[in-house]
Amino acid sequence: MSVAPAPPKAPPHGSAPFGLHHRRLPRWAVPAVVVAAVAVAVALRGTGLLSGTAQLVLVAALLSAVGVVTVSATVEGGRHARNRLATALVGTAFLLALLPLLSVLWEVVANGIEKMTPYFFTRSMLNVGPLDDAGGLYHAMVGTLEQVGLATLIAVPIGLLTAIYLAEYGGGPLARAVTFFVDVMTGIPSIVAGLFVLSAWILTLGMNFSGFAGALALTILMLPIVVRSAEEMLRLVPNALREASLALGVPRWRTILKVVLPTSFAGIITGVMLAVARVAGETAPLLLVVFGFDAINFNPFQGEQSALPLMIYQENAKGLEFSFERAWGTALALILLIMALNLGARIIAYFYAPKNR
Amino acid sequence: MAKRIDVSGLAAYYGNTPALRDVNMSIEARSVTALIGPSGCGKSTFLRTLNRMHEVVPGARVEGKVMLDGENLYSPGIDPVFVRRAIGMVFQRPNPFPTMSIYDNVAAGLRLNGLAKKRSQLDDVVERSLRSANLWDEVKGRLRRPGAGLSGGQQQRLCIARAIAVEPQVLLMDEPCSALDPISTLAVEDLIAELKTRYTIVIVTHNMQQAARVSDVTGFFNVESHGEPGKLVEMGDTSKIFTKPDEKATEDYVTGRFG
Repeated sequence: MSVAPAPPKAPPHGSAPFGLHHRRLPRWAVPAVVVAAVAVAVALRGTGLLSGTAQLVLVAALLSAVGVVTVSATVEGGRHARNRLATALVGTAFLLALLPLLSVLWEVVANGIEKMTPYFFTRSMLNVGPLDDAGGLYHAMVGTLEQVGLATLIAVPIGLLTAIYLAEYGGGPLARAVTFFVDVMTGIPSIVAGLFVLSAWILTLGMNFSGFAGALALTILMLPIVVRSAEEMLRLVPNALREASLALGVPRWRTILKVVLPTSFAGIITGVMLAVARVAGETAPLLLVVFGFDAINFNPFQGEQSALPLMIYQENAKGLEFSFERAWGTALALILLIMALNLGARIIAYFYAPKNR
Repeated sequence: MAKRIDVSGLAAYYGNTPALRDVNMSIEARSVTALIGPSGCGKSTFLRTLNRMHEVVPGARVEGKVMLDGENLYSPGIDPVFVRRAIGMVFQRPNPFPTMSIYDNVAAGLRLNGLAKKRSQLDDVVERSLRSANLWDEVKGRLRRPGAGLSGGQQQRLCIARAIAVEPQVLLMDEPCSALDPISTLAVEDLIAELKTRYTIVIVTHNMQQAARVSDVTGFFNVESHGEPGKLVEMGDTSKIFTKPDEKATEDYVTGRFG
């Protein structure tokens, strides 16, 4: 005699036994709950319990999340409710992360937009007094382009070669030591890099304040970013490609040069641009070794220069109406410059990226 | 240009782990040799010792001799780079260079080795290699398109064209059809039959029908238990290996009985 199998448990939500169907909230349910939550929040403000828009938004968001999850739990069941909770949390986190970015962008654009004139981009600050509504950022733009350009010229070859060593050859104690010190370098505060160049290059070796001294400090800051990002990109190249090349009788160095590097080129460019964007906004080291200079100085190896972040700092420090305007204008120009560089790099990377069609 | 290979006393290691021991084998010029055996028996490792690709893996080393027409590939004066130019290899998964066009993929061996010829000569080499790989008619109109845009079977034939463009003496194939559909497999097998008039071919395969179809000689590798090094159990004419092998283990394997 065989025992009859136990009858299946009653399905949790009234659907057919072992059914594949599942009760879902209708499309309008989530917007409806959000609208209701906003209405409740507005009503609460009416009673005087809430003050300010921030509290209103916070309470509305909280009520929406609780409402959606509760409704979903009763209609759809636990897994879907948890899914909606997670969706709500991720969405909120995304909005929170976006908030400062948009806010900064809005502030800078709103305050700096009226300075975006040809005049502002083609004049220096030479002989412009703090009370004058005149002057421009040409000298600072020249300085930033030269300093960041020089730093890139020094940091990218060294960084790339280090990354190639780590990703393609390393593995022994030397590679571990290099990785460790690169990680330490990542943590160097920018002003310490400036102090190092000040003491080593200017005070000990007796060199002058110059754009090049600033470039050296920026190099120290760029190097670890370039190394780590390039190393990661090189490690992403499938081993099969290296083996394919080696099996054709191509020496290791040519394999790296002609197969590995081109394959990871787009990613390496992105890493370099991140590093450029990071150092283009550095003020502290430049303050120490470039010094700031109101006139145009095209020679980065001789004499003081200015730079965009330095000019923002100095104009802001003057603390007067027109100098604030110039500081905002310079800040917007710096953001635009980094955006333009990024865009250019993306275009270059696009043309070199591996294609499938 | 095809050459024979004689292997004696070959052992291969990954670090301290032996993967293969005491392999002795003779491979005739202009023949197809199939290597069969269960996973982990060392047949792919063996194949990679033949063109010194084994040592590319960190910590991997080889003992014993591999003679290519009487010259030991593992004697101290031998440059592995030149060995690999003489002994080409096709891998399990098609691996065309993603940054290169179809044309550049085929020309890669010559260009990357600094053997770049005049444009017209290079054109000839590319066309000849693609024709040999039975791919020319499918791609002749789009040589400038990326190699990664081809289908899997076409990509594998592109890799074969790339391997034979440098005119190797031996062609090693590591499960070249395992990622391909039956039609592409047939195309590659037809290609092997054509290529054996000019090259010495060694092919590793999990597909015993394929071994029976394409090879003249078959070698059976086996591993006694997991973690042990693999070894060559038996080698002989393909017809003999598949009908009346000397060893019980071989018979069990080719007839689908194990253990």
